[in-house]
Amino acid sequence: MTARERIAGNVAGYVDDRTGAAKWMKKNLTKVFPDHWSFLLGEICLYSFVILLLSGTFLTFWFDPSQREVIYDGGYQPLSGLKMSAAYASTLHISFEVRGGLLMRQIHHWAALIFMVGIVVHLLRVYFTGAFRKPREFNWIIGVGLLTLGIVEGFLGYSLPDDLLSGTGIRIAEAIIQALPLVGSYIAFFAFGGAFPGEAFIPRIYTVHVLLLPGIFLALITVHLMLVWYQKHTQFPGPGRTEKNVVGYPLMPVYMAKAGGFFFIVFGVTAFLGAVASINPIWLYGPYTPGQISAGSQPDWYMGWLDGLVRMSPPIETHALGHTISWNILIPGLILPGIMFTGLALYPFIESWATGDKREHHLLDRPRNAPNRTALGVMALTFTIVGLLNGGNDIIATTFHLTINQMMWFSRIGIIVLPPIAFIITKRLCLSLQRADRELVLHGRETGRLVRMPNGEFTEIHEPISAEKAWLLTSHEQIAPLELPELDEAGVRRPSAIKNKLRNRISRATAVAVPKASETERRELEGHH
Amino acid sequence: MSNEIELIKDPGLPAHVHRRADSDPVAATRAERQVAILFILSALGTLLLIVSYIFVKSDKFIFIPIMGKTNLQQLGLGMGMAIALFCIGAGAIHWAKTLMPDEEVIAQRHEFRSDDEDREEFIKTVKAGASAAGLGRRPLIKRTLGAALGLSALTPLLLLRDLGPLPKDNLTKTSWKKGTRLVTDPGDRPIKAEDLEVGAVAQTLPELAPGEERTLNNIGKDAVLLIRLRPEEFNLDAERLSWTYQGIIAFSKICSHMGFAVALYEQQTKHLLCPCHQSTFDVTRAAKVIFGPAARPLPQLAITVDAEGYLVAQQPFTEPVGPSFWERSS
Repeated sequence: MTARERIAGNVAGYVDDRTGAAKWMKKNLTKVFPDHWSFLLGEICLYSFVILLLSGTFLTFWFDPSQREVIYDGGYQPLSGLKMSAAYASTLHISFEVRGGLLMRQIHHWAALIFMVGIVVHLLRVYFTGAFRKPREFNWIIGVGLLTLGIVEGFLGYSLPDDLLSGTGIRIAEAIIQALPLVGSYIAFFAFGGAFPGEAFIPRIYTVHVLLLPGIFLALITVHLMLVWYQKHTQFPGPGRTEKNVVGYPLMPVYMAKAGGFFFIVFGVTAFLGAVASINPIWLYGPYTPGQISAGSQPDWYMGWLDGLVRMSPPIETHALGHTISWNILIPGLILPGIMFTGLALYPFIESWATGDKREHHLLDRPRNAPNRTALGVMALTFTIVGLLNGGNDIIATTFHLTINQMMWFSRIGIIVLPPIAFIITKRLCLSLQRADRELVLHGRETGRLVRMPNGEFTEIHEPISAEKAWLLTSHEQIAPLELPELDEAGVRRPSAIKNKLRNRISRATAVAVPKASETERRELEGHH
Repeated sequence: MSNEIELIKDPGLPAHVHRRADSDPVAATRAERQVAILFILSALGTLLLIVSYIFVKSDKFIFIPIMGKTNLQQLGLGMGMAIALFCIGAGAIHWAKTLMPDEEVIAQRHEFRSDDEDREEFIKTVKAGASAAGLGRRPLIKRTLGAALGLSALTPLLLLRDLGPLPKDNLTKTSWKKGTRLVTDPGDRPIKAEDLEVGAVAQTLPELAPGEERTLNNIGKDAVLLIRLRPEEFNLDAERLSWTYQGIIAFSKICSHMGFAVALYEQQTKHLLCPCHQSTFDVTRAAKVIFGPAARPLPQLAITVDAEGYLVAQQPFTEPVGPSFWERSS
């Protein structure tokens, strides 16, 4: 035993004497995690959250979250002598006078963008591989909650500096609140401490941004990770991998080194972006005043699709009985996002209802093997992307020499027409890929070698694929559609019978698949050759 | 031949392929050195950060292709930090990948469902607990508890009441009154009709009484755009035409959609455009919406001139300015 091993042993003993942790630790230090690049996406989110906490804390040491009016006399000459809020002035101070302040601001903003990209891509990975299925529905809901809060937190964050762009964002928020039927103007006046913009809003959202939401994040992320730990990570299908095992590397030392190292890599990349890629140069926008605006005002990307929906909305308002309802704000600003996020959160339950599948799943699906789910996902994505494109319609129009009207009409029509088209194309593509898999298993790989037969015919030599590959392409299960009784015992249609009929129909659509290749078929083909 | 379809079988985990560093001590030493070099690079990165912090002046700029004029200190700090952090990570991962064991391990999963005995016990405990509390047998307690809990939810609502004042007429009233002069923003100078050429636009605010301070809240409601056209270009009814003065027409600058400043004026088409959501208003037809999400025209301010020839408001706005709200009647 070397001296170092002895010390390690002593430390472990010291901890166990005081906590009795040995039993739990010995099991968990060697816990096995499956390895796949896409499992790093969630890690990126976790690490950028830590980066956000660190860089954000740094910023709070100088940031003054106040809308009190001051005259700027700092180092940035073009704004010298201008009236502005203390929030904006202190952000200028951080950017120009605090050494490393601008770097930290940029790291903080980049980390926020990476956090949101990470969440969305992680969500797509979980969705398209079916990782949300039983028993992981809770974690899916927590994830959707983190996504929603992330959007809010990001919005509040870039609203804090009180520059011309961020003030514009706050004005949108105010208009949406004010559009609420019945209580809108009251809630707006309570939130802003009076009329817009007032002097209360930034100090208030500051507390929410640095204390309330980060606290909720911390709690949700902890539960999210504990559940991953306890339920063990899902794994991709492959030889030797089953629903009953986990194939991968032990936590100590391999995963500790890899995951720990990955934290530094994410931080390093974020610092690099903060060093070389200017982001949110608030000194160029000037202080906020409600009478001014700059052309090409854009929200950050995770809000962009919502803004795009608002932009494309038709001008509908109802005026009746002395009251106004602004559908042009409520539908794109609240109702549609509400439906989308609710649908997203409930998706695991909707799918298990549609397929009737109530079993546990630890092996992931290849997206092609769940054509309906994949197509539905691409459909939702298409909807969001059309929204996002329209959120930048002014920039796109000027860049590509289009008129704003062309862009807007493309979006208005596209948002309705393109998602269903995307659904159909994706579903067909998935089934084609299934067919290609089947071909590959039954007829082997095309080698590109052409051989001339004695009778003059040319054929290409096919090479059988490996046993591992054949297993990968055929190991998924294909569930049969539901066959719930559509008539009750007396042969009469009852409400429940109609429900069953609907479920059968949905389940049939979900179960559409190209039959996977089997050993029997393979052998039969061999017999023919 | 049976009808049973035989599926393709799982060949099991493929045999492990060893890395070179596992068997070749030279390769292992090389990997060790590579890891060490990465850690040394990281240390150099921190050194760069320290040097930039202490010795580079914060107002020194250099030209870098693509990035343009760049603050040298900010770049040094950032690159130093990036190198320092990235190389620690790269070193640790290279270490794990080349020198730590890479044999895949199989662990077994366990069903989450507890065995039947435990479940039954659990359900029995819950049932016993619930019946011991006797909530079902004592409806009086149940109902009063429900009412008390529901009422207590009012506390936070009530306590948040003092967040702000009630809207009252704040959303419907602006500072414009009969006879209020229009002054330039910025500058606060009163305007005469001849100050504006045909085709010109001016941003204006109501003149302040002596000693009065202009707040952002006021600007958010009071901002008005003046546009001068040739009088024959208007396509207005008699009343609205009487609200203009020698071809000068005044609109609230606050968008009727979401309250942004409608700041883009297209002189050729005589359209006002909100740069945020592209609502487009036709100036010649009293800011009628011709495109985009806005549902109402921009409110028009009736103007005329006072005895000294300065532009003034004939009357307050006849409708609320800015985005819609529930209490708005038109």
